Amino acid sequence: MKRLIAIVVCCWAGVALASSGGSALHPAGNSLSDTASLQRGARTFVNYCLSCHSAQYMRYNRMAEDLGLTEDMVVDNMLFTDKKVGDTMTVAMRGSDASQWFGNAPPDLSVVARARGTDWLYSFLTGFYADPKKPTGVNNIIFADTAMPHVLWELQGVQKMVTRFEETEEGEEHEVFDHFELATPGIQSELEYQRTVRDLVNFLEYMGEPAKLKRYHIGMWVLVYLVIFTLAAYLLKKEFWRDVH
Amino acid sequence: MNAVVKGLTDLRDWIDERFPLSEFYHSQLTGYYAPKNFNFWYFFGVLSLLVFVIQILTGIWLVMNYKPDAAMAFGSVEYIMRDVEWGWLIRYMHSTGASAFFIVVYLHMFRGMLYGSYKKPRELLWLLGVVVYLALMGEAFMGYLLPWGQMSFWGAQVITSLFGAVPVIGPDLAEWIRGDYVISDITLNRFFSFHVIALPLLLCGLVGLHLVALRQTGSNNPDGIEIKKNKGPDGKPLDGIPFHPYYTVKDLVGVGVFLILFFAVVFFGPEMGGYFLEHNNFIPANPLVTPEHIAPVWYFTPYYSILRAVPPMFGSQFPGVIAMGLAVVLFFFLPWLDRSVVKSIRYRGVWYKSALAVFVVSFLILGFLGTQPVTDLYTLLARIFSVTYFLFFLAMPWYTSIDKTKPVPERVTH
Amino acid sequence: MSEHGVDADFEVDESRRRFLTGSMVVVGGVGVAMGAVPFMSSFQPSARARAVGAPVEVDISKVEPGQRIIETWRGKPVWVVRRTPEMLAALNETADLTDPDSEASKQPEYAANQVRSIKPEYLVLVGVCTHLGCSPTFVPKTAGAEAGLGNEWRGGFFCPCHGSRFDLAGRVAKGSPAPLNLEVPPYKYLSDTMILIGEDQGAAA
Repeated sequence: MKRLIAIVVCCWAGVALASSGGSALHPAGNSLSDTASLQRGARTFVNYCLSCHSAQYMRYNRMAEDLGLTEDMVVDNMLFTDKKVGDTMTVAMRGSDASQWFGNAPPDLSVVARARGTDWLYSFLTGFYADPKKPTGVNNIIFADTAMPHVLWELQGVQKMVTRFEETEEGEEHEVFDHFELATPGIQSELEYQRTVRDLVNFLEYMGEPAKLKRYHIGMWVLVYLVIFTLAAYLLKKEFWRDVH
Repeated sequence: MNAVVKGLTDLRDWIDERFPLSEFYHSQLTGYYAPKNFNFWYFFGVLSLLVFVIQILTGIWLVMNYKPDAAMAFGSVEYIMRDVEWGWLIRYMHSTGASAFFIVVYLHMFRGMLYGSYKKPRELLWLLGVVVYLALMGEAFMGYLLPWGQMSFWGAQVITSLFGAVPVIGPDLAEWIRGDYVISDITLNRFFSFHVIALPLLLCGLVGLHLVALRQTGSNNPDGIEIKKNKGPDGKPLDGIPFHPYYTVKDLVGVGVFLILFFAVVFFGPEMGGYFLEHNNFIPANPLVTPEHIAPVWYFTPYYSILRAVPPMFGSQFPGVIAMGLAVVLFFFLPWLDRSVVKSIRYRGVWYKSALAVFVVSFLILGFLGTQPVTDLYTLLARIFSVTYFLFFLAMPWYTSIDKTKPVPERVTH
Repeated sequence: MSEHGVDADFEVDESRRRFLTGSMVVVGGVGVAMGAVPFMSSFQPSARARAVGAPVEVDISKVEPGQRIIETWRGKPVWVVRRTPEMLAALNETADLTDPDSEASKQPEYAANQVRSIKPEYLVLVGVCTHLGCSPTFVPKTAGAEAGLGNEWRGGFFCPCHGSRFDLAGRVAKGSPAPLNLEVPPYKYLSDTMILIGEDQGAAA
């Protein structure tokens, strides 16, 4: 039995090790319980993302309810078309047009945070750098050759990639990424931009699963109940099993 | 009060004249004697049944809002997760339940191997159990296509392609299973039909037969002693206790502990780090783009590892497919491969104990390797542990017959 | 308690056993009841159904006098009839009506008057018969004879399913199988030419 547990523990450690290594993602550091951050993120999302990307499973009124906004606030500030507050966040752009303009259709972002993870999104949105070889003028450190233009460039400014040379084990030199350098400053400072992206990613995580916060709250009570249930069952079992010798 | 009691007694008598209600209650619960020395491992039978009920119940509710249509399936799952009141909970219970099912079933099977529960006279009970396991694998595999995400699609594509490796009829067979040249709306519809109607019905029947067989032989126990051999003057086993109330109340404790763990996952980590709900399955199925790394859900990965470990022979993947199938089918032969005179691990010798340990380690490591991308080292490891996996079964007649067993006591120890 | 494997030589505390069993039943019962809540609640209209059933805006400026238009609210037909002075005058005849003052019928407070509307000119009704849910047809006074309703027909609605008759305020005529007048939905005027069906002054109904 002990041996078994040891094996299981070893396997888990292996899994953990294997999944932590590799990529150079920046932690997003967002928090779903920060409502102000979610509200800021929602505004950024509606202003910058929603013109090309849809979020076809997200309803405006659900967002209003969960983010502590009134429906009127959403109608006045976020609904630009003739949409109703109960509608989902679709875009007018047709998939075929989008394919022509961008090379492929911008994906729906409803559950993107669940597919990619928040750290990936944070690193992606802070990882655009100038690359004159690309039609959009930018490339991305996390998602090489992405078809997406740097929509937030006026906020972040334009950063350039600075590389250095590294020797491989075989003694060959090759160029690797070292750090980013801001070539043209944007409206926001570096810290402000990071906050903007963190808020946006926070909103994307919320949107991936609007019931997530609710789930934690209800979960606590369910577990409290189940502990009581188990305790009652245990006392009952103990009482009856006094018969058994 | 007395009138109520009399009324209920009359009702019971009325029913008993027409239906064996009290008789059933007595024969299956109060009059059914189970060994008194069950330990922790004996919870997993009733827990399997509990998870089965959870799956049926949540499944019925999911079907109310799910749409088995390639254009709508992914969206309908998100509809359940967002727009349907409490839909997220019902869906997470079902997705977590799928993994929980395999956890409890694997532990239930391991219990059988620990205490020799497959040995005479329980061969048929074991065989029925393995059939349940097979049906469960089919149920899980077909169910996994339904969310219509990338992993659903490509997982199904890969597994149905395995049938294409069968010599001569392979390619036609794979197309016949899919009903199309690739996994498509047609496949989704037939898998849906199997997942919600055919296999659940089959599973209900098989589980029923499994229980009937269990009632015939009675449960084994950690000592592997037949309690029916030691009966008191009243014909009741001396080492047995009535199932009700003793094991019903004990099982309640197990159910409570299990539900705590189950709902902890449901509420606080239903994705389980991408093992219960895979990240790529949140991308809608796209027949034109395969995700970079695809692996089956964790409960299939030991077999998937074996499949990948076998090199193609004569330009065919078929040997790997055969090996994978054999890895499951060998469980059927356990009752006859095991030549030991004792059942329980408690009285077995060092050979069987070591072999079982090696088997468990092989199973777990193969499972881990199946989730990982292929590298030279991992392929080598997968080959080594595939061999040890098969040796556990194939060498069993030999090592169980030379094993030094300990004498089994007359009566169960507590 | 002298069964085998089980021997209770000691005194079994029956009251404690009963208490613990009772507690378990109560705790378990509470759990089953709580567990049933999500499953039962999931039958309620979903967010999508509620969005589709949201209040609808109707432009009434293009409705000609004497004309009826049909809108959809919560999947049900909602009629807007622009009544002429003659039509309104006909509403004074109440002798053959089951519930002329709409006391038992369903309508918002602001439509619980003789003409059953906010502005007498515009009638807003849910076009579902209070008998068994068919949708009655609009039969103006002039079409009464042709529809087989006789020359006495003052104009109104006729349900083809079981022959219920309603006047131009949706009030049911005596002898009809329908027990109540047609329902007036909650609505309000957004402007002189726009009404919002499904919502009145307060919260959405």
